[in-house]
Amino acid sequence: MSPRARNPLQPSSTDPAKIRNFSIIAHIDHGKSTLADRMLQITGIVDDRSMRAQYLDRMDIERERGITIKSQAVRMPWEVDGETFALNMIDTPGHVDFTYEVSRSLAACEGAVLLVDAAQGIEAQTLANLYLALENDLTVIPVLNKIDLPAADPDKYAKELASLIGGKPEDVLRVSGKTGMGVAELLDLVVAQIPAPKGDPTAPARAMIFDSVYDAYRGVVTYVRVIDGHLNARQRIQMMSTRASHELLEIGVSSPEPTPTKGLGVGEVGYLITGVKDVRQSKVGDTITDQIKPATVALPGYTEPKPMVFSGLYPIDGSDYPLLREALDKLKLSDASLNYEPETSVALGFGFRCGFLGLLHLEIITERLEREFGLDLIATAPSVPYEVTTEDKKTITVTNPSEYPDGKIKSVREPVVKTAILAPKDYVGVIMELCQSRRGTLLGMEFLGEDRVELRYNMPLGEIVFDFFDHLKSRTQGYASLDYEPAGDQEADLVKVDILLQGEQVDAFSAIVHREKAYAYGLLMTERLKKLIPRQQFEVPIQAAIGARMIARETISAIRKDVLAKCYGGDITRKRKLLEKQKEGKKRMKMVGRVEVPQEAFIAALSGDTETKKK
Amino acid sequence: MAGPLPDGDPAPIDGHLPVGSASLSKGRDFGAYVHVPFCRVRCGYCDFNTYTSTELQGASQSDYIDEVIKEIQLAQESLVAGGFPARPLSTVFFGGGTPTLLPATDLARALAALSDTWGLSAGAEVTTEANPDSVDAEYLRALKAAGFTRVSFGVQSAVPHVLATLDRTHDPKRVPGVVQAAKDAGLEVSVDLIYGTPGESLDDWRQSLEHAISLDTGHISAYALIVEQGTAMERRIRRGEIATPDDDLQADMYELADTMLREAGFDWYEVSNWAKTDAQRSRHNLSYWTNQDWWGFGPGSHSHVAGTRFWNVKHPAAYAQRLSLGESPAAGREQPDAEATSLERVLLEIRLYGGTSSAGFDSALVAGLIGDGLITYEAARAGQLVLTLAGRLRADEVVRRLM
Repeated sequence: MSPRARNPLQPSSTDPAKIRNFSIIAHIDHGKSTLADRMLQITGIVDDRSMRAQYLDRMDIERERGITIKSQAVRMPWEVDGETFALNMIDTPGHVDFTYEVSRSLAACEGAVLLVDAAQGIEAQTLANLYLALENDLTVIPVLNKIDLPAADPDKYAKELASLIGGKPEDVLRVSGKTGMGVAELLDLVVAQIPAPKGDPTAPARAMIFDSVYDAYRGVVTYVRVIDGHLNARQRIQMMSTRASHELLEIGVSSPEPTPTKGLGVGEVGYLITGVKDVRQSKVGDTITDQIKPATVALPGYTEPKPMVFSGLYPIDGSDYPLLREALDKLKLSDASLNYEPETSVALGFGFRCGFLGLLHLEIITERLEREFGLDLIATAPSVPYEVTTEDKKTITVTNPSEYPDGKIKSVREPVVKTAILAPKDYVGVIMELCQSRRGTLLGMEFLGEDRVELRYNMPLGEIVFDFFDHLKSRTQGYASLDYEPAGDQEADLVKVDILLQGEQVDAFSAIVHREKAYAYGLLMTERLKKLIPRQQFEVPIQAAIGARMIARETISAIRKDVLAKCYGGDITRKRKLLEKQKEGKKRMKMVGRVEVPQEAFIAALSGDTETKKK
Repeated sequence: MAGPLPDGDPAPIDGHLPVGSASLSKGRDFGAYVHVPFCRVRCGYCDFNTYTSTELQGASQSDYIDEVIKEIQLAQESLVAGGFPARPLSTVFFGGGTPTLLPATDLARALAALSDTWGLSAGAEVTTEANPDSVDAEYLRALKAAGFTRVSFGVQSAVPHVLATLDRTHDPKRVPGVVQAAKDAGLEVSVDLIYGTPGESLDDWRQSLEHAISLDTGHISAYALIVEQGTAMERRIRRGEIATPDDDLQADMYELADTMLREAGFDWYEVSNWAKTDAQRSRHNLSYWTNQDWWGFGPGSHSHVAGTRFWNVKHPAAYAQRLSLGESPAAGREQPDAEATSLERVLLEIRLYGGTSSAGFDSALVAGLIGDGLITYEAARAGQLVLTLAGRLRADEVVRRLM
C-alpha cells in the first residue's frame, strides 16, 4: 500500500506530468459515493475522525443545505514510489437524461474507473457511459465493488467486464468501498495507467466548463478543467459561446472544501466564482478564455441543452400558482436545462409548460418542487417535440398537443432515440415484444457474459416517454435496465387525438400518437373518464376524435335520482348544511362547457400514467 | 332522526328560548313529537337514535315516560318564562325506535301529560308509529281509548327476502290482520314502505306496492333506502356481501310507486308521501315542512320553536341524567339567519305538492328548470315552483340550482 503524500503538490503550478484526472462511472447504487468517501479518507484530505460524521452522511447534509457542499471535483494527493501526484476525481451526473453533462465531465478526464457491483453486474446506463468514455479515448480501469457482500459473484462479473472492454478477467480489480479493501491499489493503478494531461502552457488560456452549480451564498460556482494556458485570480475571463466577460473573484480547488489558489495551470481541475447568479451565464461545455488575450478556437463539443420531453405542471391547489412560479424560477438558477412558460388549461387551470432533458429529469424536477417547495402538483402526459409541416409548407415545432395545427398536415417528424436494454437472457422475448409494440427497430443483440443480453433498438422517443420504462420493469420483474440517446428524427404517421366532453375539447387529454394507436388511446381515455366523471343532470357523451372524425365514444347517462328520501324534524338542519356544503364544493368544480368535473377526476385520469411511471 | 347531532351553539341549561322570540310563534301551529328510543333488535339499515336493551347502559325503559313527562314540564316552564301565548297542540306524533314496545298505558300517560299541559285542539291528529308484530287488537283499542287517532305501520316490504335483508322480524302475513284491527279500533292507518333494498327487484317492489294498496289504508309513505354511515348494512356492502342500492333502479321504483299509487287513488303530497284525501295526509309531518312550531321530547329529538332549532342529547342515559338534575336535556341550538331560513323554506316547500313561490327567482333560472322537465310549466305560470315526476326524483338538484 502506498503511503499518504506528506507534501501535496501546490495547485496553480503543478507539473501536468504529476496530474491524473479521472471519473468514476457507476450505476446509482453500485457504491460510487462510498468508494469516493474511502478515497478521501485514504488520501488523508478528510481526517479519520471527521470522516463518518462529515462525508458518509453527506447525502443528508446535501438535503439540508442544498447542493453547495457536493464535491464536483476533488483534488487528492497520492504518493507512489516516493513521487507525489495530484489526483482529480471528477463527479459525473448519474442518470440517463444527462448524457451531455456526462460527456463533458468525461471530456475533462484522461481516464475512468468503471465501477460495477460484484453482485449485480453492469447496468444499461453504466454501459452507455462506458461507451461514452471509450469514444472520448479514456483509459478505463475496470473495478468490481462490494466484494465483501455474500451475494457477490466477482468471477462471473469479472468475465463480463473483460468481455466488454477487453483484457483478462484477472486484471479486473476487486475492491470494497465499505471496508476499504483494494482502494489504495486502485489509486496506484490510477497513477500507473491513466495518462497525464497534455496541453500548451504558453497558448492563450482555454478551460472547459464541466459543471456549473448555483450556491445561494456565493452565486454560480463553475467547475473547469484547464486545457491550455493558465487562469489566475482577478483575471478577466470570457465565455467563448456568448462573449460575455467576467472577473474571476475566486479560483481554487476542492480538497474537498473549496480552497482558493493563485490560479490553475494546464491539466488542473478546479472551481471559479465570478459573481453571476444564473447557471445559464456559465454553461456546461463552454470554453473559458482570457478576455485580453483570447483563444481563437473554442474547445469542441459544446451544445445548448435541448429539451426532449415536455409536460404541463399544474398546482393541484390553484392558489399555489405564484408559489410554483417562484419555485421554478429558483430551480432554474441551478438547472440550465430546465425551461418553462406559463400555460392555461381548461381542465387544470394555470400552470407551466416545462421542457426537460428526459423523463428522469422531469421526475427529479417534479419531486424537488414537491419536496423542497411543498407543492402538490399534477403533470400532464409527457410529450416530445414534433416537427409538423403543413400543406402550405410551413414547419412548426410542436411540444404540446394543443399547438398541433388544425389544417391539412403534409408530414410529421418525430425524435428517435437509440435505446439499449440490458436484461437476463430469459426476458429477451418479452422485451422484443414490448419494443416492437412501441415501433422499435432492432439494431442488434449481444451477450454480456453468459446469461445477460444487451438489446439495441431504434425507437421513437414519444413511445418511450409514454410509460415504456414501467412496462419494461414490470415485464422483466425489475431486472431490465434502460438507456437511450438521441438519434435524429424520422417521418411518422402521427395524428392528434382529442378528447371531448359533451362536444367540448378537454385540452389536458389531447395526445399526439401513431395512427394505429389512436383508437386504443381514445378508448382508454374515454373509458377512464367515464369511470371518473360523476353523472350530471344531463347525458354527457365522451368522445375521442381525430380532427372531426370520432373514433371512440362513451356516454355518461343523466342522473335520475338526487333527492333525500326523508326530511323530518332533525333532517332539516342537516339537509340545509349539506346543501350549503355542496354549494361550496361546486366552486371547486371545473366546468367543461356545462359539465361539472371535480378536479380530482382530471387528476386521477392523468395519473393513470404518472402513477405507474413513479415505480 | 338519523346521524350525529348537528353543530350549533350551546343550549342554556334552563332550556329557555332566546329572549324576545315569542312573537315569532304568532300564527304558527304547535305540535309535539315524542321519541321512544327503544327497539327489540336493531335493523341493519337503521341509524336512528334507538337502543336495544343491551345498549341502554343503565337507562331504563320502564322509567322512560316519567322522564318525558319531566321534560314536558320543563318545556312548559320555558315557554311561560319566554312569554309565549298558550297554544293547544294541533298534532302529536310518537316515533322511534319502536313506541309500541312500551305498554299502551305508557303512551297514554305521555299523551295525557301533553294534553294536561297544553290541551289538544279540536280534531288534533295523534299518531304513533307501530311495528306490525308489536301490537294486537287490544293494544290498538287502548291507544284509541287514550286519544290516539292514527297509527303508522312500519311494513317496509311484503317480500320475505327483502325483509330479511332489512333485518325486519315481522311476518308479512300478519300485516293485514293488524291493519284491520287498527281500522276496527277506529284509527286512521298509514303504511311505511322502503324500496331499493339490496337484492330487491322491480318485481319484488311491485309485489310490496300491491300488498300495501290491498291493505286499503288512506296513507302510504315510500322511502328509498339510504345506506347510512356506520350501520351494519354499510359494513356489509363494504365487505361485498350485498350490493349497493342502484340509483337508477330506485328511480324506476319511485316511478312505479307513483303510477301504481295514483291508479289506486292516492295523490302525492310530499316527495315520499301519498294520501287518498287531504284529510288523510299526515298533518304532523306537514308541520315540519311548513315551518310550524313543534317540540321534540326524548333523547336526540329536535325542536323548532319561534325560529330557533334545538336538539336534545342523544343517549337515553345522558337524557335521564339531565332531567334528574332538573336541567334541560337540550344539547345545542341554532337560529338560522335570513338566508338559511329562506333556504330551509325552499328545500322543504319544494318537496310539497303545492310547491314554493317563484317570487324572487331569476326567470331564466325558472325557465331552465322548466326546460329540463323538473318543474311544471302550468304552476310556474301561476307563480309557484312545483316539481314534475322527474323533478321529485331530483328535488335536491332543483334546490341547489335555486340556491
